[in-house]
Amino acid sequence: MTLRHDVVIVGSGLAGLRAALEVAGDADVALVSKVFPTRSHSGAAQGGIGAALGNEEPDSWEWHMYDTVKGGDYLTDQDAAEVLAKDAPRAVYELEHLGVPFNRTSDGRIAQRAFGGHTKNFGEAAIKRACHAADRTGRVILDTLFGEAVKRGIKVYSEYQLMDLVFTDGAASGVVLYEAANGRVHTVGARAVMLATGGFGKVFKTTSNCFANTGDGVYYCYRAGIPLQDMEFVQFHPTGIYELGVLISEAARGEGGILRNRDGRRFMEDYAPTIKDLAPRDMVSRAIVTEIRNGRGIDGRDFVHLDLTHIGRERLAEKLSDISSFVRDYLGIDAATDLIPVSPTCHYMMGGIPTDLDGRVLGAAMDPIPGLYAAGECACVSVHGANRLGCNSLVDLVVFGRRTGKQIRQDLDALQRLEMEGEPAERTVETIHRIKNRGRGERASTLRYELQRVMTEECSVYRTESGLDDALGRLEGLRARYESVTVDSQGTSYNMDLLEAIELESLLGLGETILLSARNRVESRGAHSREDYPERDDENWLKHTLIRKTEKGSEIFYKPVAITRFEPKARTY
Amino acid sequence: MRIQFKIFRFDPEHDTEPYYKTYTVEADEGERVLDCLNRIRWEQDGTLSLRMSCAHGVCGSDAMRIDGRCALACRKLVRDLEGDEVLIEPLPTFTVLKDLVVDLTPFFEKVDMVRPYLIASDPPEKERLQSHEDNLKMEEAIRCILCACCVGQCPVSNENEKFLGPAPLVQAFRRIFDSRDEAREERLRQLDYPDGVWACVNHFECTRVCPKEIPVTRSINTMKREIKKLE
Ligand SMILES: Cc1cc2nc3c(=O)[nH]c(=O)nc-3n(C[C@H](O)[C@H](O)[C@H](O)COP(=O)(O)OP(=O)(O)OC[C@H]3O[C@@H](n4cnc5c(N)ncnc54)[C@H](O)[C@@H]3O)c2cc1C
Ligand code: SF4
Ligand code: SF4
Ligand code: FES
Repeated sequence: MTLRHDVVIVGSGLAGLRAALEVAGDADVALVSKVFPTRSHSGAAQGGIGAALGNEEPDSWEWHMYDTVKGGDYLTDQDAAEVLAKDAPRAVYELEHLGVPFNRTSDGRIAQRAFGGHTKNFGEAAIKRACHAADRTGRVILDTLFGEAVKRGIKVYSEYQLMDLVFTDGAASGVVLYEAANGRVHTVGARAVMLATGGFGKVFKTTSNCFANTGDGVYYCYRAGIPLQDMEFVQFHPTGIYELGVLISEAARGEGGILRNRDGRRFMEDYAPTIKDLAPRDMVSRAIVTEIRNGRGIDGRDFVHLDLTHIGRERLAEKLSDISSFVRDYLGIDAATDLIPVSPTCHYMMGGIPTDLDGRVLGAAMDPIPGLYAAGECACVSVHGANRLGCNSLVDLVVFGRRTGKQIRQDLDALQRLEMEGEPAERTVETIHRIKNRGRGERASTLRYELQRVMTEECSVYRTESGLDDALGRLEGLRARYESVTVDSQGTSYNMDLLEAIELESLLGLGETILLSARNRVESRGAHSREDYPERDDENWLKHTLIRKTEKGSEIFYKPVAITRFEPKARTY
Repeated sequence: MRIQFKIFRFDPEHDTEPYYKTYTVEADEGERVLDCLNRIRWEQDGTLSLRMSCAHGVCGSDAMRIDGRCALACRKLVRDLEGDEVLIEPLPTFTVLKDLVVDLTPFFEKVDMVRPYLIASDPPEKERLQSHEDNLKMEEAIRCILCACCVGQCPVSNENEKFLGPAPLVQAFRRIFDSRDEAREERLRQLDYPDGVWACVNHFECTRVCPKEIPVTRSINTMKREIKKLE
């Protein structure tokens, strides 16, 4: 069946919702999501949203911009960081006006707390910049924006899965969707298509990401020949609950939490003497892995302790209540008296679909693809460079989500409704048919598990050429085996077996782009740490990686970094 | 340890009646029921359907009935299960679409009825001020993840499909006790009808099952008192 809208936004996390609110009223906009909108992973964000409001202590957008650039190990595009830092206070006030129940200071203003890598006066000391609602900041912002979408009557296709992007003469002209409830395939024509499909942490075994984070939107761009940017930069958050990967927000350290090794030592003093436990995530994760490798993990094992015991039961209940309940329910421990076992967990993708400052997706020649837009974690503006600072994603979503919405509104007059040629849903229908009707083969879950293991073993906090080569070899084997993936279920209603088999294609494809980009970058910068090339190399590598699929295989090329205010310097904290 | 899961199965495409199927799973004490259900899907029977996403109790996808009580499969641990067979069923009250997947449309429609958004006139340039104490009044209600466990467990919701139900009432509470909202009285009056707040007869079932530990019944009673004050 063919449907039509002016604008189709795929993804109803904060990026997609914020853009939709900008377009609604002026155009017929539809939101598409594989899960009911409030189930999107933005709702899992705990710690805060960063903005230099200065409610707790003097702050300035320049400091926020500087921290963002330095946190990103100077790979951050500084024009983007400037937009983010300058617009952040307005964006947070806007959220407050819409009803987000932020915690308050004693004089009734929005409360702020410390977060990793956020400092005053260009690195002098930690600063309170993260606006928050306990440790449920993402949840309440998501609920608030979705409430607005309900109020504005925005059309939502809930539990519809993006299967393909449709282009006509190089311009986006629609999407192909699969309706989970009944297995129907729909083609939706649109004058503008926006991707806001979030991250893809499910490429790794231990992750703070949800099951929906399989990166379909990003992979479908790659499959269509659009380059992907900075894919080697994968953030491992230092404090995932050991083995589970469930996140303990940086807010725990922002509220005073301390990391300790087997000797009880506050080891971050050795790695970041000025801001210690509040160093950026890449540094803290490396410190944890170094402690573990040197036998200083707890009982010599592969985790360290997060100590919240001095924060006090009352403050834990008020500011870190969800986190306290996670460790109680999953580990049977009391955060007020017990130490929490933690280790790094895959958390955030700095890389993704390249866009300009207004969400226009850039093609192979780095010029905008008509009608195609992206924002949020799936996009790479690049405002986070080689390492994102905590509480900078939520603000990225609402700042660049809004800008993208504005740009779509502006472009819409010039964007014609393009005829979708041929049978746009053909590939999707055939893929489904093929997977369902294969007699014998392997389950998607077997291959997915192996992919996650390979990626975790060879492409986590530390990487080496031999490890990455080995991983690429194993991945090629998995891709070959994917050709014979089968499902148990022939059903049309909520056939998760089928959908997971289809998502696996995205995971495999993105895994490969991460490995290739990581092998290619022979330096260490931000979250990309090469043991065989331990130094940052500005002379040769102060540039963005772009990887593109061609007929001859993957091709890597580069793009310069926008440097406007801050010359690259050594990165110490 | 080895556990048996007796799972409700129904595929309207093929089955005229629901049935139960039993699976045996090898699981660690610290694992979640959701981990077990996924292993069943991935290793034994891919035809089983359920909803899930975050896997740590923050998205609200995987509400179901576990041994007769509504709960999130991702928050229920193997070590907390009793007996050697666990009964897994879809949320009651709602129409089953497939196995453990139910149609939540009526639930979301009721949430929308209470107007789940702030109603207020033009804001100042910066933030509206709100005292810490006023902020705390919403603290419990804002935890709601719309999982519908409470509605599934509520005896009144199960018998009276017109009852607004606990979660939509929590959503109303969140706005009524937001000092910034300007439709307080109107919102209270909207709940003042037989199938609104008054249908609740204090079973406390909703409060007992709420995975976010929201004092649902107490919130409903508070609103009843506020409505009486209007008269
Ligand atoms: C546990 C956790 C805590 C975090 N805490 C913080 C924090 O405190 N501060 C901060 O700044 N950042 C935080 N982050 C990061 C931040 O939450 C995410 O980067 C951000 O929410 C991503 O938002 P998004 O709008 O891009 O995508 P998401 O919110 O992930 O939404 C993606 C959307 O795309 C849809 N989708 C995906 N694929 C398809 C498809 N094929 N078809 C249809 N729909 C599809 C999904 O259904 C969903 O609606 C945290 C992340 C995690 C995991
Ligand atoms: S307290 Fe009210 S809403 Fe809750 S279960 Fe009982 S009747 Fe239902
Ligand atoms: S009130 Fe509790 S049980 Fe009910 S929907 Fe909200 S979180 Fe779930
Ligand atoms: S899967 Fe999100 S609440 Fe259980």
